[in-house]
Amino acid sequence: MNLIVIGVNHQTAPVEVREQFAIPEARLPEAVKCLASHPGVEEAMIVSTCNRVELVARTKDGQADIRDCMRDLYGVDPAPYRQHLYEYRDRDAIKHVFRVASSLDSMVVGEPQILGQVKEAYATARAVGAIDSQLDALLSRAFAVAKRVRTETSIATSAVSVASVAVDLAQKIFGNLDGKSVYLVGAGKMCELAARHLLAHGAKKIYVGNRTFERAVAMAKKFNGEAIPFEKLYDTVDLADIVISSTGAPHTIFRKEHGEKFLSKRRNRPMFFIDIAVPRDVDPEMNKLDGLFVYDIDDLQQVVTSHISDRRVEADRAEAIVENEVDKFLARLQTLDVVPTIVSLQEHLETVRQAEIDRLRGRLGTLTPEQEMAVDALTKGIINKIMHTPITTLKTAARESSEATTVIDLVRKLFNLREVQKAAAAGETTAPANDKVEVQR
Amino acid sequence: MPLIWLRVAVGFYGVGLVYSILLLSKRGNLLAKVVEPAVGLGLIFHFVSLVESFVLSGHFSLASIHNSESILAFLAMVVFFVFFVGYRTVSPGVVIFPIVFLLTLASAIGQKPVTLTSPLLRSGWVFVHVVLIFTGYAGLFLSFGASLLYIVQERSLKSKRQASLLTWLPPLQTIDEICYNSLLFGFPFMTLGLAAGSVLAIDKYGPLFFYDPKILLSFLMWIVYLLLLYMRWSSGWRGRRAALLATVAFVVALGAWAANYFSRVHSFRS
Repeated sequence: MNLIVIGVNHQTAPVEVREQFAIPEARLPEAVKCLASHPGVEEAMIVSTCNRVELVARTKDGQADIRDCMRDLYGVDPAPYRQHLYEYRDRDAIKHVFRVASSLDSMVVGEPQILGQVKEAYATARAVGAIDSQLDALLSRAFAVAKRVRTETSIATSAVSVASVAVDLAQKIFGNLDGKSVYLVGAGKMCELAARHLLAHGAKKIYVGNRTFERAVAMAKKFNGEAIPFEKLYDTVDLADIVISSTGAPHTIFRKEHGEKFLSKRRNRPMFFIDIAVPRDVDPEMNKLDGLFVYDIDDLQQVVTSHISDRRVEADRAEAIVENEVDKFLARLQTLDVVPTIVSLQEHLETVRQAEIDRLRGRLGTLTPEQEMAVDALTKGIINKIMHTPITTLKTAARESSEATTVIDLVRKLFNLREVQKAAAAGETTAPANDKVEVQR
Repeated sequence: MPLIWLRVAVGFYGVGLVYSILLLSKRGNLLAKVVEPAVGLGLIFHFVSLVESFVLSGHFSLASIHNSESILAFLAMVVFFVFFVGYRTVSPGVVIFPIVFLLTLASAIGQKPVTLTSPLLRSGWVFVHVVLIFTGYAGLFLSFGASLLYIVQERSLKSKRQASLLTWLPPLQTIDEICYNSLLFGFPFMTLGLAAGSVLAIDKYGPLFFYDPKILLSFLMWIVYLLLLYMRWSSGWRGRRAALLATVAFVVALGAWAANYFSRVHSFRS
């Protein structure tokens, strides 16, 4: 499997850089199509969240340059961002996908949102036809691994989600959250989650502002809150002590002058802005105002690093599971690898058998149907008995990666089987090996 | 005997001082578990010492300037404990403990030298005047301490580095409430204390008392105090600006305290 993953995440790139690479939900199908149609790319998907952008592609021969494609996707040259981009291939790429899905690569290790986000990305790629059998196999395995990690380790149960970090910070500012009000700007999933946490800790009133008013109303209904038309945003935000912003706006929504206005209307009572949008909704300059606290997604990360170390042990166990799963997955891939060889071997012998029976038919004279069947059974039986050991050996060899190619080559040489097409060798399960088998007389 | 109790109290307040120093030097709070009972015991011994000295002298007296420092420290500690009970946080102690320690120490080691002999000090009214004003001072001290903590906590939240040092700080809003409520608490005492003093002084010296530096400074402090409350109430001043004003008030208060040495009215050396 020629798998390539190129991406940026919260560890390699600050939010300023991730903003450059983030792909809004609406543009995602188009972007996946663009990536999948890049020369040399067979299958593709893109995961874009506030913490990461991952371009996953299976290429024909491992030569295709995905970075090239980034220029089309973003209209920017990725070269200046080289230090922020990471690239994984093959085994490492598989491992990376597993780690991401299992939330081991998350800002908050063990947080559950990422799995859903990967699933959504998968569904999007599938819907536009960018995913075929191999990425399909990879992703379904990744989801299974994520489930295993979640059930066999406790990283998920003790996970501190971004939302609960936000609650901690809010408590550092306001103490008791009883009776505090929360304003959600944007009606996204993360907003909802954070709001739920805040409510659970005593926050009373929820306001929701969203560009599409219907969505605001729907969200407000969930919390028994109040939907506010987006035009009234700047006049109403000061009602809330805590503002959670996660819109898809390309520019900042809240700037310093707004902050000053809010504070004077609130008679300087503190306000807490939680900005989980990428690109950011809140100008970091606002943090400089007295009594106004702005945390963006990267700042939340800094807060949680300490929490992460507590779960090191569990995370180590989870990493072991991922390693183990990667090996298993590769083994399966390689078993698939020998399938075309076995098939061509069987076809080759069948042709030989048929040819021999045809050649001897004259000498055998007329045979009763019973005799015909007996000859058939006899010849087939001999072939199967002889072939049993080589096929078993092939399958075993395939599982021990170091030997696989040697054994396969040897078998091909011994029986003079023609080179199987690359695509088939890579383990296409749906298409049977359609090579013509040359039979030497 | 009162001096011994006072020195025991100083010892206990010393625990508070060490606690503050440890916290500020980021050594963590080794003494966190013992600091409350220690300063609590200090307060009890302090109380015993004060009562005994009054009993010995047979009346409420401020016979020496050192004794009044002891009273001020005692009142600051009482106010601290009132707020401790209300908010369950020792943190303002970081500022209060050193002040209390120094005041009590000064009082404990120097009981002898300056003995004020003015008969005026034997008047109960003067005692009331002093206790009221000192309670006002104590409120101001606490508010000043809390406003410093507010700045520290605000900085820490804004810098976004969750240094382990700051886990001992209460939430910003709690600090803010301590700041405001201690001001509110101290203000009536300060006002009544000044009023009582004025009545006394007019009675004894006539209107000229007003030109005394200590009295001028005291009124200045009262005005700053009022201003603090007003800004807080009208436009929600807190954080840096409030701390700045509180610092001004604190400095003026120190000035007023020091003015004893230039003051005719308050020198009490007959």
